Amino acid sequence: MSAFLEIRDLSARLRGTRERVLRSVSLQVPPGTVRGLVGESGAGKSMIGKAVLGVLPRAVEIVEGEILLEGDDLLKASPATRRRLIGAKTALVPQDPLTALNPSRRIGRQVTDRLVDILGWDKARATTRALEMLAEVRIQEPERVMRLYPHELSGGMRQRVLIAAAFAAEPKLIVADEPTTALDVTVQKQTLRLISELQARHGTALLFVTHDLGVVAKICDRLSVLYAGKVVEDTSVEKFFATPAHPYSAALLAATPRHTDPTSSLRPVPAAVLDAVGDEIAAADAAWRPHG
Amino acid sequence: MLDGRMATRRRAGARLWLSAAWLLVVALAALLAPLIAPHDPLAQDLLLGRLPPVFIAGSEPGYLLGTDSLGRDVLSRMIYGARVALVVALAAGVATCLIGSALGLAAGFYRGWTDRIVGRLVDIWMAFPPVLFAILLIAVLGASLSSVVLAIIVIDWTRFCRVVRAETLNQSQMDYVNSARVAGFTRLRTLLTEILPNVMPVIVALLTLEMGIAVIVEAILSFVNLSVSTDAPTWGGMIAEGRIAIYQSWWVLAFPLVALFLTVLSFAQLGEGLRDRFDPVLR
Amino acid sequence: MAEAIFSIEDLQIEVPDMARKPLFGPAPRREILKGLSFEIARGSVLGIVGGSGSGKTTLGRALLRLMEPTGGRIVFDGQDITHLSDERLRPLRRRIQMIFQDPMSSLNPRLTVGRIVAAPLGARSSDPRIAEALDQVGLSRAFAGRYPHEISGGQRQRVGIARAIAMRPDFILADEIVSGLDVSSQAQVLNLLERLVAELGLTLAFISHDLSVIRRLCGRVIVMQAGAIVEDAPTATLFDSPAHPYTRELLDAIPTPDPSVRW
Repeated sequence: MSAFLEIRDLSARLRGTRERVLRSVSLQVPPGTVRGLVGESGAGKSMIGKAVLGVLPRAVEIVEGEILLEGDDLLKASPATRRRLIGAKTALVPQDPLTALNPSRRIGRQVTDRLVDILGWDKARATTRALEMLAEVRIQEPERVMRLYPHELSGGMRQRVLIAAAFAAEPKLIVADEPTTALDVTVQKQTLRLISELQARHGTALLFVTHDLGVVAKICDRLSVLYAGKVVEDTSVEKFFATPAHPYSAALLAATPRHTDPTSSLRPVPAAVLDAVGDEIAAADAAWRPHG
Repeated sequence: MLDGRMATRRRAGARLWLSAAWLLVVALAALLAPLIAPHDPLAQDLLLGRLPPVFIAGSEPGYLLGTDSLGRDVLSRMIYGARVALVVALAAGVATCLIGSALGLAAGFYRGWTDRIVGRLVDIWMAFPPVLFAILLIAVLGASLSSVVLAIIVIDWTRFCRVVRAETLNQSQMDYVNSARVAGFTRLRTLLTEILPNVMPVIVALLTLEMGIAVIVEAILSFVNLSVSTDAPTWGGMIAEGRIAIYQSWWVLAFPLVALFLTVLSFAQLGEGLRDRFDPVLR
Repeated sequence: MAEAIFSIEDLQIEVPDMARKPLFGPAPRREILKGLSFEIARGSVLGIVGGSGSGKTTLGRALLRLMEPTGGRIVFDGQDITHLSDERLRPLRRRIQMIFQDPMSSLNPRLTVGRIVAAPLGARSSDPRIAEALDQVGLSRAFAGRYPHEISGGQRQRVGIARAIAMRPDFILADEIVSGLDVSSQAQVLNLLERLVAELGLTLAFISHDLSVIRRLCGRVIVMQAGAIVEDAPTATLFDSPAHPYTRELLDAIPTPDPSVRW
């Protein structure tokens, strides 16, 4: 099965330095599947999502690699083509529902804007679609909610609006960047179930960035574990939780608190493991020769 | 590890040193005027009127930047003019800063009645048109250096007050203020040791800006003859005089104008440069 | 049964609801805490759990007298502190300390770590107690010269802990202190707290919305919902046989690292 999204040997670095922030990252996301990107903060998982969507910070430049969206290399395309491809085929569910919505515009406009301005739909079609999507994310009285402002909704509802907006244009790939980190645990569960349901129903591929291994277990099919911009493990979710292959992955699992086990101790990642993976990174850097 | 916020490192050096250098030149000129001015700024010699500066044909040695229509040396007048500019900048700037910041900090931190009173005061005060207010004040007090300084203070303190109040309100929400309360600090101590250092960058920026504004206001007032008595040279006064004979002796207007521009620019850049250099958060 | 260091009786806090204030006249009052009663035993670790809007943060602030209750009593070590003035509270402040959720805003960004830890003690950053506090939280003395933005989130949180324990308090309130940290830093901070509670004989109240971190650390848990306590039980009981439906909902919502149960 050919992948909808394929990333090959993607390397990026801070402009003006030799320090790589993404180290030859490769992964594949077949259509309609969910790929988790896990790692601690600073590991680069968010960076990958941003690279795919074309919104890397200005201080970061891509030095090598390919990002293939349904076979089209985004990095080799002209900026206009790239924008068109990304706009038509992808969408983002962001982390913070509060800052992701414009506080001075009504909800309805924010959902339809993208459909009208970027995809060229007419207003009527966009509005109908927005109402459909709001209903699909189980927001009561969608007509009323369309006219509200973001501050009049709870955090959970705002996130649902953002999910609706993301799925509205039927993208083939959605990048979800820690979408439930800012939410309460009960709201998180509802939101994740919603994302899972919509993903399955619409057949969307999902790139799910999170630091929470529990969340990965619940909704992802495969995952990539990242450390310092390098993928240290890439495997299916079942295999990972049964027997993680890489020592760093095992350490992360051991550090995850389990409320069901009263005797579990909280073990931070041991220094020895960090040293070992640090050596791996250094070796990879030494062997790296940028092509072309 | 890569942090989401990537601080852009500024080149603190150039900005700070250049602006400080020019301001030092101005300060030295002001302090040492009697020693370094080549001529008496008030001495008129009609035979030497409208001499061009030294790099243009027809000049006289000893009058580096030329003379005005009354034969007074432009350079010497500029050097003496620096005195007025500097005194106004420092006196008006610092006083405005102290008054405005103190009230702003108190209003923003203590809230309640303090804030209400200061707020009303600022609103009412700002309702007076500033230029009219200044002219009125000077008309009542008579034109002199101190009345100019007073006029600036009276008008501009509200600028400090509003901005400092806003920033203080902002900082007061932070948990480190709660932390100080939990530690048992008195409110005054919290204001001085926790909040003030975090409002300081705003105050310094405003202060240097205000100093530049004060110099310009003085120049404008001189231009309309409402500043110090016309004997003592001021940059604004020179610009006014130079305007009249601009086609015959453009240098009488140009040089003080450049000096004014450089001084105001330097004050503003000094503020930025100080912040780049000394604010720990940007390092 | 150990004596209670804190005794809360029918605690109520109301605030004016400014969003509903009519043009003339006072704003209607909104109840944030609706009459809470519980005790905190000396030397114990109490978990306070609830979602946003449950009032747990307000409860924490009430315990520290950062807010004044509108009803009920707070008794600390036998003394009624419910309505004490700032003046009268000051000598007690040393004994009741707090660690805040957001280490970025709870540490003064323009002070060095050393000065931040030293300030509540009224000492200079060269005072040996500062170095001792930093040692106890596992930070080397070199950290004393750094600024908050130069160190990581987990390290900032440890500075917050150092600041709190430097005063040798009787009681510490930890308000969601691991919520923003990743799993490894979280484990470090929680292990640290566990060790300090044992070594220093502290009483700890740990506020969290995440039950999974509570299990290891706390002996007893109170669950809050909409300003009231819905369950108050020893940890084992709460986790094994939760009584209240909201507690069950919270437990159910925790994503366990077990892929056989999918959402």
